[in-house]
This record gives sequence, structure tokens and C-alpha cells, in this order.
Amino acid sequence: MTIDQVALLPAYAAALTAVTALVTDLLVPGRRGPVLVVTALGSAATAVAAWVVGGQGTRQTFCSPAGCSYAADHTSAVVAVVFALLTLGALAFSVPALRGGTPPGEYCFLLACSLTGGVALGAARDLLTVVIALETLTLPLYALVGLRRRVVASAEAAVTFFVVSVVSTAVTLLGAALLYASTGAVHFGRLASVLADRGALVSPPLVTVGVVLVLIGLGFKVAAVPLHAWAPPTYDGAPLPVAAYLSTASKFGGVVAVLLVTVQALRPWLDVAGPVLAVLAALTMTVGNLVALRQRRMVRLLAWSSVAQAGYILAPLGAFAVAAGRSEAVLRLAVAAAVAYAVFFVFLELAAFGAVIALRGDTDGGEISEYRGAGRRAPWVAGAFTLALAGLAGLPPGLAGLFAKVTIVRALLAGGAAWLAVVVALNAVVGLAYYLRVVAVLFSPGPSDGPATVAPPRPWPLAVGLAAVTLAGLVIGVAPQLVLDAAELAAGR
Amino acid sequence: MNSGQALLVATLALPAVGAFAAAAVPARLDRAGRIAGTVAAALTFVASLLLLSHGTPGGTGPIRPWHELNQPWVPGLALRFHLGVDGVSYPLVALTALLTLLCCGYTLWKVPEPGRGRLLVALLLVIEVGILGVFEALDLVLFFVFFEIVLLPMYAVIAVWGGEERRRAARKFVLYTLFGSVLLLVGVFVVVSKAGTADLIALTGGAGLPRGAQLFAFTLLALAFAVKSPLWPLHTWLPDAHTEAPTVGSVILAGVLLKMGTYGLLRVGVGVAPEGARWAAPVLGALAVAAIVIGGLVCLAQTELKRLIAYSSVGHMGFVLLGIATLTATGAQAALIGNIAHGVITGLLFFLAGAIKDRAHTGLLPELGGLRETAPALAGLLGYAAIASLGLPGLAGFWGEAFAVVAALRRGWTGLAVVAALGAALAAAYFLRLLRQVTHGPALKPLAQPRLAGAELLSWGPLVVLALVLGLVPAAVLNLSADAVRALAEVVR
Repeated sequence: MTIDQVALLPAYAAALTAVTALVTDLLVPGRRGPVLVVTALGSAATAVAAWVVGGQGTRQTFCSPAGCSYAADHTSAVVAVVFALLTLGALAFSVPALRGGTPPGEYCFLLACSLTGGVALGAARDLLTVVIALETLTLPLYALVGLRRRVVASAEAAVTFFVVSVVSTAVTLLGAALLYASTGAVHFGRLASVLADRGALVSPPLVTVGVVLVLIGLGFKVAAVPLHAWAPPTYDGAPLPVAAYLSTASKFGGVVAVLLVTVQALRPWLDVAGPVLAVLAALTMTVGNLVALRQRRMVRLLAWSSVAQAGYILAPLGAFAVAAGRSEAVLRLAVAAAVAYAVFFVFLELAAFGAVIALRGDTDGGEISEYRGAGRRAPWVAGAFTLALAGLAGLPPGLAGLFAKVTIVRALLAGGAAWLAVVVALNAVVGLAYYLRVVAVLFSPGPSDGPATVAPPRPWPLAVGLAAVTLAGLVIGVAPQLVLDAAELAAGR
Repeated sequence: MNSGQALLVATLALPAVGAFAAAAVPARLDRAGRIAGTVAAALTFVASLLLLSHGTPGGTGPIRPWHELNQPWVPGLALRFHLGVDGVSYPLVALTALLTLLCCGYTLWKVPEPGRGRLLVALLLVIEVGILGVFEALDLVLFFVFFEIVLLPMYAVIAVWGGEERRRAARKFVLYTLFGSVLLLVGVFVVVSKAGTADLIALTGGAGLPRGAQLFAFTLLALAFAVKSPLWPLHTWLPDAHTEAPTVGSVILAGVLLKMGTYGLLRVGVGVAPEGARWAAPVLGALAVAAIVIGGLVCLAQTELKRLIAYSSVGHMGFVLLGIATLTATGAQAALIGNIAHGVITGLLFFLAGAIKDRAHTGLLPELGGLRETAPALAGLLGYAAIASLGLPGLAGFWGEAFAVVAALRRGWTGLAVVAALGAALAAAYFLRLLRQVTHGPALKPLAQPRLAGAELLSWGPLVVLALVLGLVPAAVLNLSADAVRALAEVVR
């Protein structure tokens, strides 16, 4: 078996970044700057490598007669670029935390390791590689979540995250095992062709159970109901930049995995996978939004809102539940819509977390009421926060969010799943209620007496990062076609 | 780009630029910011007047725009930047530009608590962009995008500059109207995905949409616009929002924001799904008449000045909706002139109510009285506006209501027409009761500033004159829209 090293170049770049970050920390101990710079350059190099390699057309490697396990193509390129950008954002937002005593070498090493998993995930083309890539993406995060030393919440968060993650991986693996037992295949292409001939399958019910288990297990990464309850305590206990990374990169990873598996491997079983995804999506958005209404802590509110957003991301795939939604054209539209929504979402979510970090520095997210008067103290940051929240609510001036909402409703109606479109629409109304509550607090007058709240220092990388993410949000709001094109590139085969 | 297209763009770009300019000015130059915004509003008004000069519109379609601009924007979402004005939309465009100018000018003289008038002006201009965009959009998706732009700025206007219950009223306003606009989103894409185009010119007349899709789409669209208009029983956000909003906010809300609903129902609802409109017309007509009667009865029981005027809007918009529901050319004409008349007269009434509340520091009718003696000019204007609003022949309010009743009679809805006419008599009853309590009777206490300020005269004058001119020469509006309405009525029949 020959291995196409060029196809692996982006993954090498990401892994090398991790090693270099560690080595740099050994060479210049105790200094944050060099480590950060090296990691940032490495992430950027990963993005460039992925774009160059993937842009040349499909390169497959790790091939056996059953199929290839790894493919560098447009899909992997888009996925890797998004992961690299998210890592860059998380790095910029990490500066206050690193000033607060988090060890920079370990921190950057773990972040880059996670990036490696994300890059590999986009190129994975069999069930096992997908699971391994997802674990590589998640494993470093257990440690990162627990990095706030001497904070009980942080340790609790890490344990919660770890336990639920292990359970969900076991569920996914069980599902994959059942599929393998029924078909003798793990490669996507081969699985699809064996599954297509239903008469020849030993036990179709077993396959159904396998399909459902795989999807539910993967739903954990997206924080979809019923495996969503880990997200709020974990986000709240983790250092803020790690929570930002979890709610964007980790969620994006889950979305990519669900899409790869459903569309490439389970294509002939969409009549089973479709209803599962439709129910998951509807439950996820409704539960997330309703519980978010009652949250008093900022990060928990963002966490529950990101659960709800996971529901929106999965929603277009719910169109597969209807026969009309399984045609080739609608399938591509739905997949592109899910990818597009996920991309819109991660930018807006990253901006929201960036604003929280800029307002809070190296502490936790705190109570929502503690943000009173932020509009007066830090008008620019509050403005960026408002823009991000409006986008998450899907309303102008957050045009990016508006177009994201339009994209999924359009895909659902093209697929004939009008009921799910109505559920999405009504959920958007519930969502606005709590996003508005936060915005109203930001701009209500601050405490006049009492200790003068001192704004945390805002190091320049944080300011630049927040400005860049906000600007990116504005640009994709005015020119959403950029995202839609990228999503179509990723969806097309 | 020819001059007409440049003017279309100017009506949207000028207020947008003005909003940025006003918001960007530092706090110590607040007045300069307000002046910049007012200049932009004035230029927008000039541009809207220049739109009036046009040649013979080409084309044979159901919509023949005087000026048209059609550029691609987001091909992935079937969204084109397609603008145009015709006889149906032009009067509303001009009214919007005029009312925004008057409100900005009024803000130069008086800024409601808590100050920061430049931001209020900026928000008013953003709202103007949204409303003008709705009236000018000839692309269904673009129409929806502009429809959404209005929501958050109006929320901010009410929530920041409003009365004591402002937070609650603002939240109610934004959640209710978002509920309407998400239904609009679903309705729009039901149409777009079935018809394969979002071009309003091509869609008007049904565009071969199957009956089932038309009924579904019309139900969604009619619900969406009924919330905005508002149609009884979906009106409950309106009294709170109008009562709590600052004077300029109430003027814009009642004067033009409600018209987005009636205009949308006529142009999008009836135009795109005529089958659905024919099917639902009796229900719409009955609800409209219910709104007229219930609005009138509720007004009789009101004890607060602004709340009474707000509820009177429910009744007046009932007449407009009754006109649209008849689906005849006469009815559509009645709706159009009723829209304009209501915008002019209710705008004036809210200006006057604001002035009275500012001077007397109360809006409760039992605590007001004797205005005729303490402030004769104010009392005279209030009497004039109230009489115009109750539909005295010779003033603007008469034509829309009379023709709506005539259209209902011709349609064969004799019972509805009789009840609607009785509802008009109710309007006379509650406005005369209002006048008796506020202007007549013993003077309870002296007013802070009995005389009218020059700025007040300047901002109210145009409305006073328009109410008389439209009453004497309704043809000024009717001739503009005659052709456009006839073309629309033909495709609907």
C-alpha cells in the first residue's frame, strides 16, 4: 500500500504545529509570545496547505480493495480551513487566560492537537477513521476544560465532559459495530453499496439500530438532545476561550461527522436516518431554546442557545424524512444548507464569546446581571456583542444570521418538510426573547454606587481577534454567497 | 444606471449614510449628529419627490414599475436586489420619507428622556431604510429582508426612549412582530420553492402555483401581515407599543410601520396567491369588520389619550383591510388612500398627544380638561385632527372609509358593509367624547407651555395641510395608483 504523503500534508502541518508549540515552550520557557506566534503561524500554514492540496482535485490514500479511508478534496479543504480559522480565533481570545497563569506551552499544544483531529476528520472516509479523528479532536479538550487550576467548577466540568464523551463514543462504536456485522464494511462507499440492496441484508432491523446508535452518538459532539446536558456545565466551568472553542470547533466537528456518515455511508437508509435526524433537530432546538429562557449565568445561556443552534444546523437534514427530500438535488441543497448554517453560526458564536472574554478577562462568564452598564463602559465591545447576538437570533443588523435562517428554511421547504420549517420559525421567536434579555442588560444603566467596576485589560491580540471575527460576520452578512459557495463546494462530490 | 435607478438607490442609501453619520458623532456634539441625520432625511424626502417624474411605464405585466433596478445579490438564495416603485407603492414611499423627516426635525427641537438624540435619529433613519425597502422591493426575498430590518431598531426606540412600561411594551412588540415575520419567511419560501422564482412581477397573478400551495402560502402570509397591520385578534401588541413609545416612535409606528402589513397583504398576499385570497376573503372581511367595531367599542372605554388613539388605529386599519378583502379595484383604491390618510392623520394625532402629555405631565383623560382655555391653538389642532380621523367629508379620513364600505356593498357583503358603517359612527362617538373631555370642560390646571413652539408648527404643518388637501382632492393619490390597481385587480379576478 503506497501512501500519498501530499494528501496528508495538512494533517502533518497541524501535528507539527503542536510539536513546535511544545518545543518552543521548552526553548523559551515562561514566555507566552513566541508560543502563541508559532501556533498561530502553524494554524495559518495548515489552512493554506489544506486549501492548496484540496484545490487540486481529489487525492485518496490509505486505500484497500474495499475503498479509501482518507481523501483530500474540496470537502476536506473547506473543513480544515474552518478549523484552522477557529483555532486562530481561540488563540487570540486565549491571551487573557494565558496572562492569568495558564501554562502556554501545554495550552497551545493541546489546541493544535485538537486542530489535527479536525483536519483529519474532514478527510476521513470510513467509520473508524471518523471516530478516531473525532476523538483526536475531543481528547485534548478534556485537559483544556480542566485547565483552570484550583477551580472546582473546572474540574467538575472536565469530568462531566469526559464521562459523557466516553459514553457517546461507546454508543457510536456500538452502532458502527452493528453496521459492520450486518454489512462487513466500514468504508463509506462500500457501506452505501451494500446497504442499498436491502433484500441481501441479514437483518435489516439490526442495521436500523446501528444507524440510530451512530447518529445519536455523533449527536453528542453537536450537543444535540438527548446527549446535550454536558454542554452547559462544561462550558461554564471551562476557561472562556476553551468554551468558545468547544461551542464552535467541537460542534462543527460533530456536524461534519454527522454529514459525512449520513450522506456518504447511510445514503440508502435515509428513510431511517431522516426521521431520526428530524426528531433530533426538532427536540434539540425546542429544548435548547426553552431552557435558555430561564438561564441566569451568561455562559450557560450561551451554552443552551448553542444547543438550540445545533438543532437548526441539523434541521435541513430532517428534510430526508420526506420522500421528496431524498432526491439528489434536494439532498445537495440540504447538506449545503447545514454546512452553510454551521459556518455562519461558528463565526457569530465565536464573536459572542470573544465579546464575553473582552468584557470579563480571565474570570468566568458570571451572572448576566453583572453585565449591566457594559454599553457605557465598553461601547465597542458591547456593540460587537449585540451584533453577534442579533445574528444568533437571526435578525438584522446581524444579517449573517438572517441569511443563515433563510438558508435552512429554504432547504426545508424545497424538500417538502414544511412542518419542520414552521418549527424552526417558531423557535426563532423563542430564541429572540433571551437574546434580547442579554442585550437589554448590556445597555441598561450600570450600578451607580458600589465599587467602581474596573474594565479588564484588553490585550491587542484579543481586540484584533474580536474585530476580525466581527468584521468577518459583517462581510458574510453582506455577501452570504461566499459562505454558500464554500458550503456547496464542501457538499459537492 | 439611469436617473430613476439612482434615485431608488438614493432613497435607501441616504438614510443609511445619515444613520451612520449621526451615530458616529461623539456625544458632546449630539446636536450636530441630529442635524446630520435630519439633513439626510431631508435629502431622502427630496429623492422620493423626484421619483414622481416618470415616463410611460413599459411592460404589460401586472406590476409596471415607473423606475426599476434589478441586480443579482445572493444567487444561492434566489435573492436579487430588485427595486421599483409604481402607483401602489409611491404614495407610501413619499409618506414614509415625509414622516421620517418631520420626526427627525422634531427631534432637533426636543429629545425625549434619556437624551442621546443623535442615536434616536440614527435609529429612525435605519427604520426608514427598512420601510422604504419594503415598499420598493420587487423581489420576495428582498421584501422579507427589509421587513426584518425594522424590528430591532424599533425595539430600541421603544425600550430606550419610551414611557414607564417601555421594556415590557418593547418586548411584546418585537416578539409579536417577529412571530409575524417568521411566518412570512416560511410563506415566502413556500412560494419561491414552488414557483422557482422570487420575482414579484413574475409571481403576481399566481404564476401557475397549484391551488394547495396558494392556500397554504396565503394563510401564512395573511397571518404574517395581520400581525403587522394589525388585524383583530392579533392586535394586542399595538396599544402597549404605541402608548409607551416616545412621540416620534408612535408617529412612525402608526404612520408608516403598520402600512407594511397592509401593503404586504395587497402586493404579496393577494398578488402572489390570488386563489388563496379569494378563498380567505370572507374571513378576512369579517375579521376586518370585527376590528372596526371592537376597536371602536374599546376606544369608548379608554381613559388614556395615547392608548385611545392607538386603539383607534385598530379600527381604521380595519377599514383598510376590509377594502383589500373585497379584492376589487375600488376596495384596493380605498385601502391605499385609507393608508395614506391614516398615516397623515394619526401621525398628527400622536404628535399632538405627545405635546399635550409633555405639557400636562399626564395622559389620563379625567385629569386633562379645558385645553380650549389654557392652550387654544393646541385644542384647535386636536379638534381638527380628531374630526379628520372620524371621517368627516372634506378631510382625508373620509374617502378610504367611505369607499371601503362601497366596495363591500358592491361585493355583495351588505351585512358587513352596514356593520362597518355603524363602526364609523362609533369613531365619531369616541372622538367627540375625547374632545369633550380634553378641550372642553373646566380647566383643571395650567399648562407648562401653552403656546406652540415654532418647531412644532413646522413639523405638524405639512400634516395639517395634507389632511385637508387629500380630503378635497383625493384624486391626487387616486390618479397615481389607478392604473396599477386596475392591473392588479384584473389578475386577481
